[in-house]
Amino acid sequence: MDHSVQKVTAYKVIAVILLIVLAVLFTFPLYWIITGSFKDARAINSPAPVWFPLQPTDANYIKLFTKPAGLWMFNTVFLCVMAMVLTCIAAAMGGYALAKKHFAGRGILFSIFVCAMALPKQVILIPLLKEMAFLNIHNTLWAVILPTVGWPFGVFLMKQFSENIPNEMLEAARIDGAGEARTFTDIVFPMIKPGVGALAIFTFITAWNDYFLQLIMLNDTQVLTISLGIAKLQSELSTDYGLIMAGAALGSVPIIVIFLMFQKFFTRGITMGAVKG
Amino acid sequence: MQKTIDISKQLKQTRRRENIAGYLFMAPSLLFFAGFVIFPMGMCLFTSMFDYTMTNFDFVGFSNYYELFRDPTFGKSLINTIIIVVASVPTVCLFSLWVGSIIYKLKDIHTSFFRCIFYLPVVTGSVAVTVVWKWMFNPYYGLLNYVFKGLGIISTNMNWLGNMDTALWCIILILFTTSVGQPIVLYVSALSNVDHSLVEAAEVDGATNMQVFWRIKWPQIMPTTLYILVITTINSFQCFALIQLLTSGGPNYATSTIMYYIYYEAFKLSRYGYGSAMGVILAIIIALFSAVQFRLAKSDQ
Repeated sequence: MDHSVQKVTAYKVIAVILLIVLAVLFTFPLYWIITGSFKDARAINSPAPVWFPLQPTDANYIKLFTKPAGLWMFNTVFLCVMAMVLTCIAAAMGGYALAKKHFAGRGILFSIFVCAMALPKQVILIPLLKEMAFLNIHNTLWAVILPTVGWPFGVFLMKQFSENIPNEMLEAARIDGAGEARTFTDIVFPMIKPGVGALAIFTFITAWNDYFLQLIMLNDTQVLTISLGIAKLQSELSTDYGLIMAGAALGSVPIIVIFLMFQKFFTRGITMGAVKG
Repeated sequence: MQKTIDISKQLKQTRRRENIAGYLFMAPSLLFFAGFVIFPMGMCLFTSMFDYTMTNFDFVGFSNYYELFRDPTFGKSLINTIIIVVASVPTVCLFSLWVGSIIYKLKDIHTSFFRCIFYLPVVTGSVAVTVVWKWMFNPYYGLLNYVFKGLGIISTNMNWLGNMDTALWCIILILFTTSVGQPIVLYVSALSNVDHSLVEAAEVDGATNMQVFWRIKWPQIMPTTLYILVITTINSFQCFALIQLLTSGGPNYATSTIMYYIYYEAFKLSRYGYGSAMGVILAIIIALFSAVQFRLAKSDQ
């Protein structure tokens, strides 16, 4: 018995050491982005890597904001906030109805939502592009926002959260004479708030990084997002890695900070979204 | 008599009220879902039957599909896609199971630390991740050549992304680092929810750690494994940004995947009908893969 306990400990120690090594490797690209963004051309192009920029320069960032990265950031934030707010409203209402309202066709509707989630999102981009052109919103941020809101994951997630609302509370509200809208805003919404939080942060991060959709829908320089901006820098100035890293840092550090601040919510969203029978 | 009619009338009224309320609550999400997911999906099937370009829109039946099966680039892209899926799905699942099984037992703060670290490449975003790897893979001043030369693995600088034998594996490696985050989160939560009384009972009966894991924990986390298999498969099939930004499908189509080829045909050459046909085929392949995994996992249980 003693022997086996010790063996477990030895394995555990080795495993944790290995994990720490892996953790360093997984963080390294981010470290390389951030340090790279402060390197001058000589440090960038040196065949022996400069592990840390001892003479940091802000030239890359100054150049970046003439590109104009400020506009890219504004577009990205606008896109993500809009997608997040609309998704949360639509999904909270829809999820509640699917969990608690006994309307005709509920079962079928739910199955369609679940099946659609398993399909590759990007396959529908061709008709979606034509649809946006038809609606005259191609090349506007709305062409990215609307399909993001339509994606069924949010409704699915909010249904999971709404199932936990006790029926007695809804019953009591009805007996007290509260209308449907009142019941939703005063009883349901406060109870599913953690779920809405999880969905909000999840949608924000997904929208921020949804490169393919943005690539197809947005071409004008006026509507570029930060992801598209970095890609553009790379295709136009493929050797100016200092500048490209500054773009990558601007595109990733804010979203990482948001992720770290809300990681509890986020983790819950991922886990709840997976629990299905 | 009067009373029963009243009750049935009331029932009908309640039911109507439920229907109306239900659909009103569903309306916003249903509108977006129908308009921007279901409708385009239908259109995808429809346009795959047309010779649809910038100038043409002619019905051609299944000839887009016939063309697909004779198109060597499509064949090459299909094989590459399958290599990516077959190489990444098992490694991602096993790796995240291994990491999950170690970190779920650590102190809470350490668990979240490791969970965050492995999730970082996902949050960093595909474009930022791709550009930094491109720099690290650079044949002249990339970090990887320097490190590998230092370790004595290679003797001269390699052009990793420009070489037909290595390019696809570079993609698979980067894809791996951006794929394990979510499975690890899921495994940690599944393993923490394993019924402890069973584990203790087995330990009292003298079961080894391995036995406890495979006989007791593994069956209980099976639904999670299944879900992870499905999402990892879908993600690997859809790998796009990496390829578009790193290699553009080259060299000589060595890294072209179905997703990239759809993009190339539909959005670069404006062959919308042909692209739609590929989209339909891709959707069918993904559905088949998911169904097979479901079957295997079910029979395993």
